[in-house]
Amino acid sequence: METAVSVREAYGRTLLELGMENPDIVVLDADLSRSTMTRFFARQFPERFFDCGIAEQNMVGVAAGLAASGKIPFASTFAVFVPGRCFDQVRMSIAQPQLNVKLVTSHGGISVGEDGTSHQSIEDLALIGSLPGFNVIVPADAIETVQAVKAAAESYGPFYIRLCRPKVAPVFGEDYRFKLGKAATMRQGGDATIIAIGLMVKEALEAAQNLEREGIYCRVLNMSTLKPIDEAAIIKAAAETGAIVTAEEHLEHGGLGSAVARMVSQNQPVPMVLVALKDTYAKSGKPAELLERYGLTAKDIEQGVRSAIKRK
Amino acid sequence: MSLPEKGNPPSIPDSVKASADNVSAEVFSLSASVAEMEAMAKKLRRHIITMIGKAGSGHPGGSLSSVEILTALYFKVMRHKPSDHQWADRDRFILSKGHAAPLLYATLAECGYLPVAELATLRQMDSRLQGHTDRTITPGVEMSAGALGQGLSFGLGAALAGRLNGQDYRVYVLLGDGECDEGQVWEAAMASTHFKIDSLVAIVDNNGQQIDGWNRDVMNLDPFPGKWRAFGWEVIEVDGHDLTQLIQAFGEAEKVKGQPTVIIAHTIKGKGVSFMENNPDFHGKAPNAIEVEIALKELE
Repeated sequence: METAVSVREAYGRTLLELGMENPDIVVLDADLSRSTMTRFFARQFPERFFDCGIAEQNMVGVAAGLAASGKIPFASTFAVFVPGRCFDQVRMSIAQPQLNVKLVTSHGGISVGEDGTSHQSIEDLALIGSLPGFNVIVPADAIETVQAVKAAAESYGPFYIRLCRPKVAPVFGEDYRFKLGKAATMRQGGDATIIAIGLMVKEALEAAQNLEREGIYCRVLNMSTLKPIDEAAIIKAAAETGAIVTAEEHLEHGGLGSAVARMVSQNQPVPMVLVALKDTYAKSGKPAELLERYGLTAKDIEQGVRSAIKRK
Repeated sequence: MSLPEKGNPPSIPDSVKASADNVSAEVFSLSASVAEMEAMAKKLRRHIITMIGKAGSGHPGGSLSSVEILTALYFKVMRHKPSDHQWADRDRFILSKGHAAPLLYATLAECGYLPVAELATLRQMDSRLQGHTDRTITPGVEMSAGALGQGLSFGLGAALAGRLNGQDYRVYVLLGDGECDEGQVWEAAMASTHFKIDSLVAIVDNNGQQIDGWNRDVMNLDPFPGKWRAFGWEVIEVDGHDLTQLIQAFGEAEKVKGQPTVIIAHTIKGKGVSFMENNPDFHGKAPNAIEVEIALKELE
């Protein structure tokens, strides 16, 4: 297995690179620059870095004001705090006016681990995904993180990019090209489709490999752009494989599974299984232990695929 | 026409005067004397009553209390171009208390940003004049507001952008006193001092009332000026209906360096209409046809 790489560090290094290229890039943080890795940018460009302290509502508003005067602000903290702590500020100061603010959060999902419930963001995709016009990206590894961050910087409008705390083994090669709003086909197969985001893409690939030994061939889609979602790829997968399993480190309410189900049910109804957190908060524990306890592993995806295929 | 005290550039350049097909002549004459600005203030109050009366809903109380503040800013203090509302070097006015939208719309119309006739469309389907401000559709509106407490942060961001760019524009944010119940206001107050921003001026329309009654009964803000001082702000207190005092305060604020300034404008909610003054019923209630008639008579 290839060495795991920090998606957060990839973000931090990319911000630094973008900062060198474009003087309009500014960065805000809420006292977590050591964790979100915005510190690389802060060290190089102190005059363009605003640590807003532990005050996320203000940080989001300041970012909006900077964007309204032509800057390209990247604002970072943990995913529980943005959008959770300041949903109305994100809604009215950024989403409604469609301002050019990039919210890049770390510590998404339960793989945060030992810090426990208060720091595990399991609702953020539902919250941010509900806001009209917001672009939402959940990269699968460091290589995709770099490209997604650059894509966000280059495209006008509000973006939310959710990163996880643990290092992630690469699922993409250096030649991968992220395209906003386009799913990446990671593996071909005709029996079922696994659609995954973030950490779960790696689990999906492992599941597909294991299922192949049973003679079940799965297509695997990395749906890193959760919004605007690749409707065509979803409908095509439903039509061609007849069963869909989604996998995400989020509640089943309002995340990837919900978005895919919305497309599938209205266009190409097929059996679906949602591998996601089931209406519960997680607890403290090691990331791997938590993912296992709460049903977010390759095994759970495999089970989901078998169950979906049975209902074809 | 007389220029604003700071001299350059004039509040509304001649090119704009020629191109604004609205009432730019009045704008210029009003910048000449306090008496003419007082007449404009009365006119804005008449617009507010007429607009909200016709719409059948809206917030007259907090619009009427802020009239002189906007009059001083738009017709004397600020550099802005009604013909180019996105002019990069414009001074920014951010209405944080978004429910005073009718006053802002009336002011923008009298400056030439919108046709005065459009004021009659307030709150109607497909109108550019939404119940609360929407920066995506109304020329001259800087911020989509209405969810209280967000404007000072937005203003701080705008001021920081100006400083980074080496622009000398100033940013004026109008807050309600009741709005200062919101924690975000104090987050922004703390950050503004921390970032040593002196191009940012907060104005608090201190009319003493909020929806449920007097501030002191709903949520006591005292010591109000003391709170701002403790957060590191220069505090200026004025009679918020006295244009001379307001203009002087804005001039003083420009001389303050290395810290932000708050102008606490003591006002009367519903100012100018006898039965609305200090009457919390008219925070968010439209006058009926008879009340409109009486109010307009009082504002002749």
